Amino acid sequence: MSLLPYLIAAWLFLVGLYGIVTSRNLVHAVVCLSVVQSSTYILLLAIGYERGGTAPIFLDVPVGTRAVDPVVSALTLTDIVVGATVSALLLALAVQTYKRHGTLDTEEFRSVRD
Amino acid sequence: MSPSLRRRVFLVAAAVAGALLVWGLSGLPDYGIYRGPYGDVLNAVAVGERHATNVVAAVTFDYRGVDTMGEEYILFAAVIGVAILLRAQRDEREEAPDEDAADRRAPGTSNAVRVLGLALLGPVVLFGIYVVAHGHLSPGGGFQGGVVLATGALLVYLSGEYVTLRRVRPEALLDLAESSGAAGYVAVGLLGLAAGVTFLENVLPLGQAGTLLSSGMIPLINLAVGLEVAAGFVLLLSEFLEQTLVVRRPGEQT
Repeated sequence: MSLLPYLIAAWLFLVGLYGIVTSRNLVHAVVCLSVVQSSTYILLLAIGYERGGTAPIFLDVPVGTRAVDPVVSALTLTDIVVGATVSALLLALAVQTYKRHGTLDTEEFRSVRD
Repeated sequence: MSPSLRRRVFLVAAAVAGALLVWGLSGLPDYGIYRGPYGDVLNAVAVGERHATNVVAAVTFDYRGVDTMGEEYILFAAVIGVAILLRAQRDEREEAPDEDAADRRAPGTSNAVRVLGLALLGPVVLFGIYVVAHGHLSPGGGFQGGVVLATGALLVYLSGEYVTLRRVRPEALLDLAESSGAAGYVAVGLLGLAAGVTFLENVLPLGQAGTLLSSGMIPLINLAVGLEVAAGFVLLLSEFLEQTLVVRRPGEQT
């Protein structure tokens, strides 16, 4: 059981990659990439978790209360921001691809090129 | 490579990668048993040193404030990138969004959406400001609050029409807000240099922990980031909306 969160992260990573590899639609591929990214959030937060720990916010609880690692929480915040910007850029590219080729289907690009 | 061959190659590679991942992950400390010293050290000293009760904010905007500045500029660069990628192409023309054009009539917004959107607008904007302003005290901060604020613009679009959104988001003002948010972070950092200490080192009074005016420069940085994120996300949103509502390819029916 103690491995379960790590295994969920590995599973999300691989299942997102599977989606990207087999995707035939560019927007679908971008969503699959977000799934891959979400695996890193789970891995980071799982590493910083301490059993019985509260959020590292000492407004209502006194300093010294057992709390989870604030460093990985801050890293996860960075991770989410980077993920959002990557998605925005890729979706903008998808919009332009659709305007040039009239399709988002990656298999159809192949026939256009040949 | 045919799709089925690609799938088979991937499944073999994924089986190997998955096995390696499980092998590596099983060497980590058990879930719930925290080994690293840094989290515990920060949890013990951050409130005393920085007077910020949200230790995550203290880490983000103080202990590793320079990294977060880079993060803010990633967002800034991405907004510029999207604006450049989605600029009007040579053979495209921009048109006044005529939402009453007979062949492009959008399905009318239902009154329920309008009422709910307008009713939520005020609380959402207020909540966004609250989340930005209390970032050093409770969960939240400039990034989270900025996104909440940008949702307000989306509500205006949902409950009105695109022209309404254009009216409430003067582009020059948004550009100015985004740039000054990005520059504000650096300006706050320069306060440290001006006072003769290092870049981004706190020089403001720390105040009493748990009150709004505390934690030195962290709330100022939160405000700058909140401004940048809110303006940046509204710009992103309107770039994508313009693609469907305003920009026309040659020969495309208007």
